Amino acid sequence: MFTDFIEKLQPKSVAGRRILKISGYVALLIFILQLPNFAFTKDTSGPLPLFTIVLCAVYALFALGLNIVVGFAGLLDLGYVAFFLFGAYTAAWLMSDFGYQISERAGASRHQFSFDVHFMSAAADTLKGVHLSFWLVVIIAALVAALAGIAIGAPTLRLKSDYLALVTLGFGEILPEVFRNFGDVGGFNLTNGTKGIGPVDRVDMGLLSRLPKLPLVGKIPANIVSSDYKTKFYVIIVFCALFVYSSLKLRDGRLGRAWMAIREDELAASLMGVPLMRTKLWAYAVGAIAGGVGGAFYATIVGTINVDTFIFAFSIIILCAVILGGMGNVWGAIAGGVVITWFDQTGLVWLSTKFNSAAGTNFDFKSYQFGLFGLVLVLMMLFRPQGLIPATRSRQVKKADKQVLEHDHLGYGLEIGIDPPDHRPRGLPDEFETRRP
Amino acid sequence: MTTESTAPPTVRGDGRPPVLTIKDLHVYYGNIAAVKGISLEVYQGEIVTLIGANGAGKSTTMRTISGLIKPRKGEIMFEGTRVSGMRGDEVASMGIAQSPEGRRIFPRMTVLENLELGAFLRKDRTTIQADLDRVFDLFPRLKERVSQKGGTLSGGEQQMLAMGRALMAEPRLLLLDEPSMGLAPVLVEVVFEIIERVNSQGTTILLVEQNALAALKIADFAYVLETGHIGLEGPAADLADNEDVRNAYLGLA
Repeated sequence: MFTDFIEKLQPKSVAGRRILKISGYVALLIFILQLPNFAFTKDTSGPLPLFTIVLCAVYALFALGLNIVVGFAGLLDLGYVAFFLFGAYTAAWLMSDFGYQISERAGASRHQFSFDVHFMSAAADTLKGVHLSFWLVVIIAALVAALAGIAIGAPTLRLKSDYLALVTLGFGEILPEVFRNFGDVGGFNLTNGTKGIGPVDRVDMGLLSRLPKLPLVGKIPANIVSSDYKTKFYVIIVFCALFVYSSLKLRDGRLGRAWMAIREDELAASLMGVPLMRTKLWAYAVGAIAGGVGGAFYATIVGTINVDTFIFAFSIIILCAVILGGMGNVWGAIAGGVVITWFDQTGLVWLSTKFNSAAGTNFDFKSYQFGLFGLVLVLMMLFRPQGLIPATRSRQVKKADKQVLEHDHLGYGLEIGIDPPDHRPRGLPDEFETRRP
Repeated sequence: MTTESTAPPTVRGDGRPPVLTIKDLHVYYGNIAAVKGISLEVYQGEIVTLIGANGAGKSTTMRTISGLIKPRKGEIMFEGTRVSGMRGDEVASMGIAQSPEGRRIFPRMTVLENLELGAFLRKDRTTIQADLDRVFDLFPRLKERVSQKGGTLSGGEQQMLAMGRALMAEPRLLLLDEPSMGLAPVLVEVVFEIIERVNSQGTTILLVEQNALAALKIADFAYVLETGHIGLEGPAADLADNEDVRNAYLGLA
């Protein structure tokens, strides 16, 4: 109903639509640049403090990544936390004094083994360990996550949907345990175990800080200090924007069509010449990149990486975000990520406070969080399975349905459905369905 | 029915080697043999049909040619290259396109997107456009519904879309698996006419059908499959007159 209304409002001419689109993007850009300047973002006990907005953007980036795998290619991945973990640990390894501690437990008798490298880092030169520029680390984290995606995907992607989901779930559970126990691998400390790695360096803004004062943005500092959520927000928005752009470009390109073909019908896609394994691995790798970049950024904003952060619930929350927003829709994934994260971080607590002060009760919505998320998902599946912002495809299908009903002028009969009824047991070839009498 | 071949020696392909050769093909599902040693040949420009009852192994043969199933024994040669053992997409890149059983169109993609995916392996925009026009010429119904989702088409239209999609691959060999399945009789006729037209435009066709009568009418050569092996083979016109075939498959005594 709402979308019909929107469609009626749209100008008819191509030029008109283009002007509307461009002005929409410009308005969005101004709003985003201006967002940290609004007074409500500075109220840390209010409904929308800036640090929540930053986290919303990080989770939106994760949702964008998972949307490629689940929404575009139709592969159910329940272990997205693995890529988050790889990104975060890459940043922790390359942006802290941890490189100096690798052989800490090896004892005096062993060869001291450590790294001490500085490259355009925000960290003081006197600090030991590996300190690389955040921007270089982001690229490395993206590569590490993509490789992890390929490594996890290569043996598992031959599996069909439900089994793939189970195996990815397993990977998502195993990896944090591996990192938890790699504090001592033959005397070498690779992950610092349960103690975690920190402090992670600040984000260096390098050359950008030499720019003059920018309109709407202001002066960019040389490094992002921990309280400077404004610059953090701009940084993560840049990553989100890059990923939105790449997602849209990929979706409309050859690879995107191959993903959708696989999502629709793997067998038919193969017959059309779509290389199944390679195409699926690309989906995993591209989706993982968002996880890696988001993970690296997350490490710098929280300052310390602890293995307890990387839990199964993370994978589920991101999956919820994608489903809630609308599978296969880039804007839907963002909306889902933002909404879920807002409720998770601030919304539930804020609502509890409001509710309790109004009703004089003592409810804590936050403690019912997962129950509420589950309820929302069930309600969504019942009443709006296509998500908040459905992919344009599902919207068009509805329209097309109407067309069929209105114009079946040749009387071929209505067969709105995908295949003729198929009562063959799954997995059995049709040859064994019936025998010649 | 006897398994001895009643076909007179016929000269096929004007002395040129066959496009597709299958030699002693054995295909198993687990321990169950579905195809037990069939051999067949398809020559340039022919319509060859593979007829037989349910469970005879027709679709299994098709899927094996397309690389969806690996044969246990035997080989499939296409234009001198061994294609048995290749993956589905590799077989497609050799120039073999299949319109699969049950149509298998992409339900949530538009007709145009479905057709474009048929041309997935092709790069040249102008020849793709030319083939798109050709498909719309063959199937005017598809042109009317170009922006409609595949899943919302009627059964007949979906069959046309599946065939059109396979043609968009510019195949040198077109495999059609049960194109008449589930269609109203009037539409079956339309579909078979189109198959003939596609063939007359130069595409070699291997056609699997349960509707033996219709298939034998348009085919040049036919193989009759019986529970995994070839029972009869010969020019389609001869088989259509064959007493056994008429009894068993055509329901005409």
